[in-house]
Amino acid sequence: MSILEYNGSAIIAMIGKHCVAIASDKRLGIQAQTISTDFRKVFEVNSGLFLGLPGLATDVSTVERTLQYRLNLLQLRESRLLTPRSFMYMVSSLLYERRFGPYFVEPVIAGLDQESYQPFIATMDLIGCPMEKNDFVVSGTCSEQMYGMCESLWKPNLEPLELFEIISQALLNSVDRDALSGWGGIVHVVEKDRVTTKHLRARMD
Amino acid sequence: MCSVSQFYSTRGIHDIDDKYKSRPDELEAILPIIPTSSLYTQPFQVPPGHDPATYLTQLAAIPSENGDNVPEIKFDHGTTTLAFKYKNGVIVAVDSRATAGAWIASQTVKKVIEINPYLLGTMAGGAADCSYWERRLARECRLYQLRNKERISVAAASKVLSNFLYYYKGMGLSVGTMICGWDTKGPGLYYVDTDGTRMTHHVFSVGSGSVYAYGVLDAGLKWDLTDEQAYDLGRRSIYHATYRDAYSGGVVNLYHMKETGWIKISQDNVMDLHYKYADEKIAQ
Repeated sequence: MSILEYNGSAIIAMIGKHCVAIASDKRLGIQAQTISTDFRKVFEVNSGLFLGLPGLATDVSTVERTLQYRLNLLQLRESRLLTPRSFMYMVSSLLYERRFGPYFVEPVIAGLDQESYQPFIATMDLIGCPMEKNDFVVSGTCSEQMYGMCESLWKPNLEPLELFEIISQALLNSVDRDALSGWGGIVHVVEKDRVTTKHLRARMD
Repeated sequence: MCSVSQFYSTRGIHDIDDKYKSRPDELEAILPIIPTSSLYTQPFQVPPGHDPATYLTQLAAIPSENGDNVPEIKFDHGTTTLAFKYKNGVIVAVDSRATAGAWIASQTVKKVIEINPYLLGTMAGGAADCSYWERRLARECRLYQLRNKERISVAAASKVLSNFLYYYKGMGLSVGTMICGWDTKGPGLYYVDTDGTRMTHHVFSVGSGSVYAYGVLDAGLKWDLTDEQAYDLGRRSIYHATYRDAYSGGVVNLYHMKETGWIKISQDNVMDLHYKYADEKIAQ
């Protein structure tokens, strides 16, 4: 068993028309044993900028706190907000610092640019190789299932409500074929002027 | 040999008695060719040599976790099954998930094997091993009934299965089953597995989720439960196991073994159960 599968997780980000969405499951387990069904693995690091961290739960916390600290310090020093792309490079360099003893997380980044309002999603491997996409990104213990659902449901120019429906269906149906993730879901839809957060009613087995 | 197939028909034992009266010579002719123990007349192919089990151990490509190098084929390992006795018989409840690693292969597996109208077997471990050997058991039970003109006891049936499994001990079979039934002594419940274990008790739970099921079951188990209380206890125990155990889930299948044979009580999706139990908790 890979240590990336020790706690179980599933995260998807998707691009819509002038909006992005990020969804995650809520399980924290120790292999087969479900410990919590209210575990946070998606963080709003800036207004409208989300970081999803599937992987080893202890590193989820460490990476989130370290990144938030570095981001805040940089933004204070420079008196400006970081673009989603700049934040992606920040995550990437943090992970590569641990090239030979990595954090066991494969992050997902989703956000709207604060000035251009361009939607942005990206993912990377555990040592920080960034990958920007213009449709959807997935990461977690059921990535095959999530790829399958996203490939078949996603289409260009989704309105925020459609995007919510599609990302939710993609997540729920993926985790229903994975023993290690699921037990509830949470979805954030980011638009120009607001962020909508919804909790999903899911199978609890 | 073709006339033997008549005995696999679904007709009751009384047909045989009638036939015996009208055509005694034919029955006499048939009986000797029914093997007394089919285990030795139709063996599986095993590696040559005087000790196949040891030979297989050397061949095991992946050493197992406990270091005994048994050449196991592992799948459908995650399961929760339970059975318990109470004043009105035996309750059998199981989940329905099949997994291969973290992959959920099926959510609709039938883990209660209906051996005959008075015997039920549960399935944990290898699905193929369980269903094959319990079908072989069904055949032996039918033959016993034909030979002796009475139903086999639960003790004897479980021993037949246990002997099958013990014969292949160390060769990688994977079965953990509860044999439940009703015979002249009343309700019967036995646990049988591929280590050769066979024991009787008033409550068992088997599988990766069994620890969670036992927690709920032991807290609520009493001899004089009503039928509805017993059904609810069985269902809840499986539900709580599916919630905590990643490798259990799907639906809860519930059976009741009575003096008149088994009946299937219910099949409930655990998602419906979860939100029903959650609503009940809020209402309190």
